[in-house]
Amino acid sequence: MNAIEVNNLTKQFGDFTAVDHLDFEVENGEIFGFLGPNGAGKTTTARMLTGIIKPDSGQVKIKGIDIQRNPIKAKQIIGVVPELSNAYTDLSAWNNLQFMAQLYGIPKKEAKQRAEELLMMLDLYERKDHKVKTFSKGMKQKLILAMSLMNDPEILFLDEPTSGLDVRSARLIKDMLLELNKEGKTIFLTTHDMEEANQLCNRIAVINHGNIAAIDAPEKLKMRIGGLKWIEISFNMPVDFSDLHAMQGIVEVQKSGDKLRLYTDEPGRIVYQLVDYSRLNDLEIMTLNTMTPTLEDIFIKLTEEI
Amino acid sequence: MTMIVIDQLKRAWAISKKDIRIYYLRGPVIIFGVLSPAFLFLAFMIGRDLPVDFLIAGLLGMTIFFTSTSVTPVIAPTETQTRNLERLAASPVSITTILLGDILASVLFGIGISLVPILLGIALGVTIIHPFILAVAIVLASFCFSAMGLIFSSTPTGMTSTVMMMSMMVKFPMVFISGVFIPVGELPQWGRTLALISPLTYITDLCRYSFQETNYYSVPVNISALIMFMVIFMITAVKLHEKSLPKRL
Ligand SMILES: Nc1ncnc2c1ncn2[C@@H]1O[C@H](COP(=O)(O)OP(=O)(O)OP(=O)(O)O)[C@@H](O)[C@H]1O
Ligand SMILES: [Mg+2]
Repeated sequence: MNAIEVNNLTKQFGDFTAVDHLDFEVENGEIFGFLGPNGAGKTTTARMLTGIIKPDSGQVKIKGIDIQRNPIKAKQIIGVVPELSNAYTDLSAWNNLQFMAQLYGIPKKEAKQRAEELLMMLDLYERKDHKVKTFSKGMKQKLILAMSLMNDPEILFLDEPTSGLDVRSARLIKDMLLELNKEGKTIFLTTHDMEEANQLCNRIAVINHGNIAAIDAPEKLKMRIGGLKWIEISFNMPVDFSDLHAMQGIVEVQKSGDKLRLYTDEPGRIVYQLVDYSRLNDLEIMTLNTMTPTLEDIFIKLTEEI
Repeated sequence: MTMIVIDQLKRAWAISKKDIRIYYLRGPVIIFGVLSPAFLFLAFMIGRDLPVDFLIAGLLGMTIFFTSTSVTPVIAPTETQTRNLERLAASPVSITTILLGDILASVLFGIGISLVPILLGIALGVTIIHPFILAVAIVLASFCFSAMGLIFSSTPTGMTSTVMMMSMMVKFPMVFISGVFIPVGELPQWGRTLALISPLTYITDLCRYSFQETNYYSVPVNISALIMFMVIFMITAVKLHEKSLPKRL
């Protein structure tokens, strides 16, 4: 049984389709990235997966439990870090955690122990009795993560958990996610940070306009898209684009500042041709670089297409 | 099934404790729940020569009404604005459980504050003829008005002041048609008809019975009416909040 199974999931706001017939599954023990630009439908999807809003059609199963039919049972085994959520700022960190424990029906003794562990791990123990009002943004975000872990969930949903945090706090949260994953927790992570997705995720779904453009492991995504390797070259004199276009194996030529970008699948062979070309036309090569695509390139390409 | 219900009740109590910690001392709760009935009452009482037990009975009815309807409407808009609701919606509790927790916090506030006019009455020499009926009446009325408060807060707004203004527009006129200042029996015919649709009428009447035995309706009628209003308000509140919650996120 998969950790999460999504069938035909759709959400409309008026005439606008925010999430459009999604189908995918998340395997047990995986860190699954949900990557997309602003307004792609990430938060809307995450909210439907966690039973916070109802889909217009389609089905979500959490460990085989239909979240619409049996919301309490399904919510019991997941942890959620919503995109724009807050702890209760008038309560202390400790009371926020205990409140969570009570909402999930965790016995008192266990709740106390878990809260202590989590506060220690996240470096908040010293401030446990202070009101959350007095916390910095990073501290608040760490507390929200701790709150989502009070019920020791099997699956953890996080909607942009590191957005707005400095490098160190983001790092701490990322390390913690890796650690939790090692302990066997499945993680569903929404982000528009490619690097974060690249570092953390076993698989990534790229979503745009409510549709999934691609799902694969980050490295495979990079390989999958042809014509995305390129050579960057500059000569001492302007050259005729059509000469370059004519070369075997060049998909596209783009001007990029004073350099030219030649998209190709076979950069090695093109380099030979370029050297020949410059010799023949008495040109001097000023710079020459070969590049492989980053996740960002894939992302931009995929989100342009649909 | 019973296990689930008991679990949800425990969780509702956790929500009440949270509400008690956060909302009892909020400005709007104090202003609309405690100060406004006190001033309204003083304004009415000054310069009139009315029997103390009549006044205390009216004051008590009004106090339960204002206090119980002042906590519940504050919670939803505040938590919309402070963005706590999504967390709550993601946890394994139903909307009914959340609302029940809010109601419970409000009921305890209503009951607690209603002790003030009772003690004031005792200090002024008023005797409670039917204490048991009075206790039942106070508890029932607190539930009924707390649920009523939830209906005010079902508009998906984050503005507490909007909700409070709206609730005041309904609450003030209700005071005048519910036998608080003028006994129902002395109202004109149209007033008596209006009094029927105000739950405040029945709790005030029960207070009159408990202090003076000058009730207009019979005790069973009053109690049934309060129960009926309570059920209607609760069902309506759950329906309305189920609709509005997604719009608050
Ligand atoms: N309650 C709502 N009412 C109307 N439209 C909505 C609502 N919630 C979301 N939308 C629309 O649905 C689309 C998807 O929104 P969503 O919040 O899921 O995007 P996202 O991928 O999470 O974006 P971001 O990266 O900015 O968080 C957006 O166009 C948004 O305007
Ligand atoms: Mg989002």
